[in-house]
Amino acid sequence: MITLIKNTRIDFLGKRYFAFAVSGVLTLIGLLAVIHVFTGKANLGIDFAGGTAVQLKFERTVTVHDVRVAVEAGGIREPDIQDFPSVNKVLIRVKGKEEKLGDTSSRIVAALGKGIPGNKFVVDSTTEIGPKVGSRLRNDAFWAVLLATLFILVYIAWRFQFRFGVGATVATFHDVMAVLGIFYLLDKEINLILLSALLTIAGYSLTDTIVVFDRIREEMKRQKKSSLIEIMNLSINEVLSRTIITSWTVLLSSICLFFFGGEVLHDFSLAMILGVIVGTFSSIFVASPIVLALEKKPAAA
Amino acid sequence: MKKSIIWRLGLIAASIIVALVYLLPATSTYNSMPQWWKNVMPSRGIVLGLDLQGGLHLVFEVEWDKAVEVTIERLGRNVRDSIKKKNITADVKVSGTEIRVSGASDAKAVEGLVKDQFPSLESSFTTGSDLIFSLRADETKAIKANSVDQAIETIRNRIDQFGVSEPTIHRQGANEIVIQLPGVKDPKRAIELINRVALLEFKMLDETSPLAAELPASVQPGDEEALIKNFSPKLPEGTEILFGRQVDRQTQQVTKRVYLVKKESLLTGDLLTDARVSIDTRFNEPYVSIEFNDEGSRLFEDVTGANVKKRMAIVLDKNIHSAPEIREKIAGGKAQISGGFTMEEAKDLAIVLKAGALQAPVKMIQNVTVGPTLGRDSIEAGKLAGIAAMVLVSLFMAFYYKLSGVIADFALVLNILLLLGALAWLGATLTMPGIAGVILAIGMAVDSNVLMFERMREELLVGKTPRAAVDSGYDKAFLTIVDSHVTTLITAAVLFQYGTGPIKGFAVTLFLGVSINLFTALVGTKVVFDLLNSRKEVRALSI
Repeated sequence: MITLIKNTRIDFLGKRYFAFAVSGVLTLIGLLAVIHVFTGKANLGIDFAGGTAVQLKFERTVTVHDVRVAVEAGGIREPDIQDFPSVNKVLIRVKGKEEKLGDTSSRIVAALGKGIPGNKFVVDSTTEIGPKVGSRLRNDAFWAVLLATLFILVYIAWRFQFRFGVGATVATFHDVMAVLGIFYLLDKEINLILLSALLTIAGYSLTDTIVVFDRIREEMKRQKKSSLIEIMNLSINEVLSRTIITSWTVLLSSICLFFFGGEVLHDFSLAMILGVIVGTFSSIFVASPIVLALEKKPAAA
Repeated sequence: MKKSIIWRLGLIAASIIVALVYLLPATSTYNSMPQWWKNVMPSRGIVLGLDLQGGLHLVFEVEWDKAVEVTIERLGRNVRDSIKKKNITADVKVSGTEIRVSGASDAKAVEGLVKDQFPSLESSFTTGSDLIFSLRADETKAIKANSVDQAIETIRNRIDQFGVSEPTIHRQGANEIVIQLPGVKDPKRAIELINRVALLEFKMLDETSPLAAELPASVQPGDEEALIKNFSPKLPEGTEILFGRQVDRQTQQVTKRVYLVKKESLLTGDLLTDARVSIDTRFNEPYVSIEFNDEGSRLFEDVTGANVKKRMAIVLDKNIHSAPEIREKIAGGKAQISGGFTMEEAKDLAIVLKAGALQAPVKMIQNVTVGPTLGRDSIEAGKLAGIAAMVLVSLFMAFYYKLSGVIADFALVLNILLLLGALAWLGATLTMPGIAGVILAIGMAVDSNVLMFERMREELLVGKTPRAAVDSGYDKAFLTIVDSHVTTLITAAVLFQYGTGPIKGFAVTLFLGVSINLFTALVGTKVVFDLLNSRKEVRALSI
């Protein structure tokens, strides 16, 4: 029997204040990102902000600088250019609330044909989103997050005690905020595909939390005399290896996706990698401590 | 062997066979299957989303207020004519959504006349002696709804004639149309074909008013607005300035020819029965020949007969294609539209004329175009990432849990096979995020087994026999597994409800992946363990 972790007796709950500090900072950055999303200061993807994105595949290597010069010479203002050098691909994004779609993309293509002669390219994809669609997608995203959170809270509260529901929801909220915050710090684009990654993280990071809660519930029935903090520590230690292994296999998949899945899914898989790590952390260091904090203090203590 | 084991093995075998049958069309083996197989068995394979097979996803908004405006304008003209017929003097003006009748010599008669002849109008409050009529609310609603229906129908006709295999066109919300065109090679042309209103009108030039002589013969492209602004104060009642694109045959230079035209359209494209491309042998230039229906032929004969030696403009969407002089009365209802077309332009014009004009203009509000190469690249990348994830996760499980890990790997392969089979069976669309969902499912699929194995280990450690450890491990992990899966199912369901296109594809694969995982973990792996334990009492469990 190979065991990763054998009979640990780590005092996880004892380190909860340190964990709260780390999580607090991550959550605050995430909240800041949310505020900036709503005030329009964040790096919103064109699916939310409206605008044009063109992805091109060149025959030979091309530099971001050359592309920028060519595009700007074509009269495109403030293009956001991202390259994928291993496949000679370039993604050009122009945000804007232009009413008539179609102009910007053809101008970009024309400008590049003129500005980078001798390096042929094909247009991989063009995305043009009008302002109306952008605001609707933003709206839908808001409802999706709200409803997903609500349903999860209801489910957990139904299956466990209410304070466990709160603990799980806080941990999930923390995971989503942390990943969003890291993306915000990295100045990565906040778009629909990141949103679906965040919701997936919300759903998946609960798996670990529920495994821990399940064990706590079981031990609470078995050991009536122990204090909650003892039971929690015991339970977390008992299920530690499965918490880590279940996350590890999903992490493996996400890493494969990150390295081989192509440029379309690059940011998605990065978010998943971060989310799985943060989710494991929170199921140990955030979820149970929250439940503990909500515990009514015994009068004698 | 126990009956329940046979029953479960049979269920798994059946699901594998069904999955393989549904997946077969997605492989090249399908082509070599006998004909009877192709006739009877599923032939669809996995439906690829536009982001994987290349194509256009377009969303148009029908500007239905314009349809209301056009109706009001037409009604205004009719009201004016009717009032005239009754020998009542009045000034009839259409502004916005109102028809205003002022200075009527007999206001009561006008009111009665509108009430009798124009049931779609109602009189709103009046200021002073002016009568104001507007469209009834239900009428407005009907016009709006009809304009969307008509746009969908017309666009469908245009696309059918353009030749796109398996287009989907449907309404979204109140006045939006979603159009998906897989595999279109010339996206720009397709968009233009959909986008144009294609209102064909025949109007007379105004050559008699002094302004006609004052106007310049042509302007540079881009200067049209300025010219209109310049001359609009001098414009005679009932006329407008329109332009025609003109290409110099030698220099290929484009100029805009200026025309003064009478506003009234004498004949419109809705009276056409046919439009075809022909070639002008003199210049070897394509033109579009059109044919009117009976009513159109009669009108065309009347109009040409009444305007011999005058020039008639052929106007398409406010652009003049040509303005030939009418030499004689034209009977038979045939006409030609020429105007320096390329073959493609002529073909597209014939298509839109035949399919008819849109009642209201449409505006593109979303365009996602994916070239065929990106789709291919994405599929290849997805396959590579999927195989890598499969190999790494399987190796890890076999290394960490020994034989039990291998059993979990069997469940993993079963899980992915059934997931793909379910996608094919349901006809769900596989998108790039959907592929991500499949690959994440690889990592999540073994989770249930990990939870069970860890439970079994615990049971073994307290001294239970392998068979007892397997049974109680499954029993105790069962609820945990269900609970932990439900939350992912909830998010997948919410994503499905609120996601668009590719995201929906992700939600579908995630949802199916997790649901099937419950089956493969709780039935699939368990039956293998039971099988191993059924022969004789196993002394040690390889876990």
